[in-house]
Amino acid sequence: MLDAILLTLKLATLTTFILLIVGIPLAWWLARSRGLVKDMVATLVSMPLVLPPTVLGFYLLISLGPDSPLGNLLTSLFGGPLTFTFSGLVIGSVIFSLPFMVQPLRNTFESIGTRPLEVAATLRASPLNTFFSVVLPLSRHGLLTGSIMSFVHTLGEFGVVLMIGGNIPGETKVLSIAIYDYVESLEWAQAHLIAGSMLCFSFIVILSMTLLERNSRKGSGA
Amino acid sequence: MSKGIQIRFQTPLEHFALDVDISIPATGVTVLFGPSGCGKTTLLRCIAGLHKAEQAQLSINDHIWQEPGFYLPAYKRKVGYVFQEPSLFPHLNVTKNLLFGQRHSKKTSQLSLEEVSQLLGISHLLQRMPDKLSGGEKQRIAIGRALLSDPEILLMDEPLSALDFSTKAEIIPYLEQLHERLSIPIIYVTHALSEVKSMAEHIVLLEKGKVTAQGPLKEMLLDLTAPLARFSNAGSLLDAVVSDYDTHYDLTEFSVDGGTVTVPGAVGPIGTTKRIHLSANHISLTRTPADDSTIVNILPVTILEIEQASTAQCNVRLQLGEHNQILARITRRSKDILALKVGNKVFAQIKGVSLVKL
Repeated sequence: MLDAILLTLKLATLTTFILLIVGIPLAWWLARSRGLVKDMVATLVSMPLVLPPTVLGFYLLISLGPDSPLGNLLTSLFGGPLTFTFSGLVIGSVIFSLPFMVQPLRNTFESIGTRPLEVAATLRASPLNTFFSVVLPLSRHGLLTGSIMSFVHTLGEFGVVLMIGGNIPGETKVLSIAIYDYVESLEWAQAHLIAGSMLCFSFIVILSMTLLERNSRKGSGA
Repeated sequence: MSKGIQIRFQTPLEHFALDVDISIPATGVTVLFGPSGCGKTTLLRCIAGLHKAEQAQLSINDHIWQEPGFYLPAYKRKVGYVFQEPSLFPHLNVTKNLLFGQRHSKKTSQLSLEEVSQLLGISHLLQRMPDKLSGGEKQRIAIGRALLSDPEILLMDEPLSALDFSTKAEIIPYLEQLHERLSIPIIYVTHALSEVKSMAEHIVLLEKGKVTAQGPLKEMLLDLTAPLARFSNAGSLLDAVVSDYDTHYDLTEFSVDGGTVTVPGAVGPIGTTKRIHLSANHISLTRTPADDSTIVNILPVTILEIEQASTAQCNVRLQLGEHNQILARITRRSKDILALKVGNKVFAQIKGVSLVKL
């Protein structure tokens, strides 16, 4: 079981980290641009919210598999097919949790408005400089919310993992799969332990996020 | 290329086009004046590079900021910009807000943090966060922040309009000190001329995106064909020297070229120069000097020009002494009854002199 816990935490951490790197520029672009292309991209980013995870997993399985051009490319890059590996799982999780990172970030970026950017520009800060010294510090709430939501959401994912990761101990067997396993083999006590822990963990994380946000809001007077 | 600021912009706005071609002095305060929505803020934003004008030619002293085929991005223009709202960075304390521009200009500005904080009276606020400041304090810090970025020109977009009356009164003295201390030009956008009468040297009047008049403020006030003389609060500015103070009645006497003017209260030590504003509505004309009037300020003047200001009133431009000119507004009927003509020597009775420089 420890294997599954560590693997899950590793997956969630790595996914959150990658999502920060991908999500920040993507959310910034969505917040700052207009037009049909932006709307289409925004729609794509939101798709994982409504699609059954199995649909996503199915297409990922196909596109990551050795028979597709993309899968072929990735296979040669990673030295083997990504399906049923931890790396494949990370890619799936990143796509699956993308809206949970991008949505809060985009809202925060939009709420900042253009004024602070203009002020920074009249104070000789280049756009990149402004982004790091003004936009990101002002987006603390969004960054925190996005990271926690992505992390917690990745912990709980099941469908995508099952489709592209399978159930390989130490490689792709995460907690949600482990619960499924225990239930199938009628080991209720073990299933209870994990399910209960995850329930408590999610509750505590989301509650502390809410409290933290309220506190920092009070602190900054925003 | 020379000293001076060349501004030419042509760009469409929502309801009309901004079409401006002016050059203004490279020192002192130039007021950009006009009704709300006439394009003055956009003009200021074009200068700062925050609004990209379609056709433009902009140079500040020897530096070209914009011309056909060349656009210096906003962050490379050495402007100090004070917005209508203070717009302090909420995540930085006062000191970090003040030094934000210095940090990015890679050059220490001519003014130090200490100097600026003293000039604006914000030394005691340096460690505070913006949300712990009053509106007036915030705007003073925003002004200080703009100054510390080592600007070649200071652009102020109605910096007092978001503040209540008493806060305005609190800030104006700081602005006046600032204007005396700074050598860089200031462009000050406002729709309230009273804010800047004490500082303004040059004025540009803007209406529906076009310049309707421009020139030195003193001359513009006296130009009876220009829009300023038609305003209800038209008047003239005089430089006056404090010459006496009557402690018994608490009255200060000013000497101006052409006579003396008395105002209530202690204004300043004898010998200091002040700028005084004579409202045209508060000046009446008589053929003979009244000696039984409560009005104490009676000056001999010569009529230079009479121009109708409205259906009922006309403006009269008067020569006072050798070099001064003042403006009186009288009814057309009075003009006809007294048969006033250009060249007549009359007496101006002045009720109400306001000091504009304290």
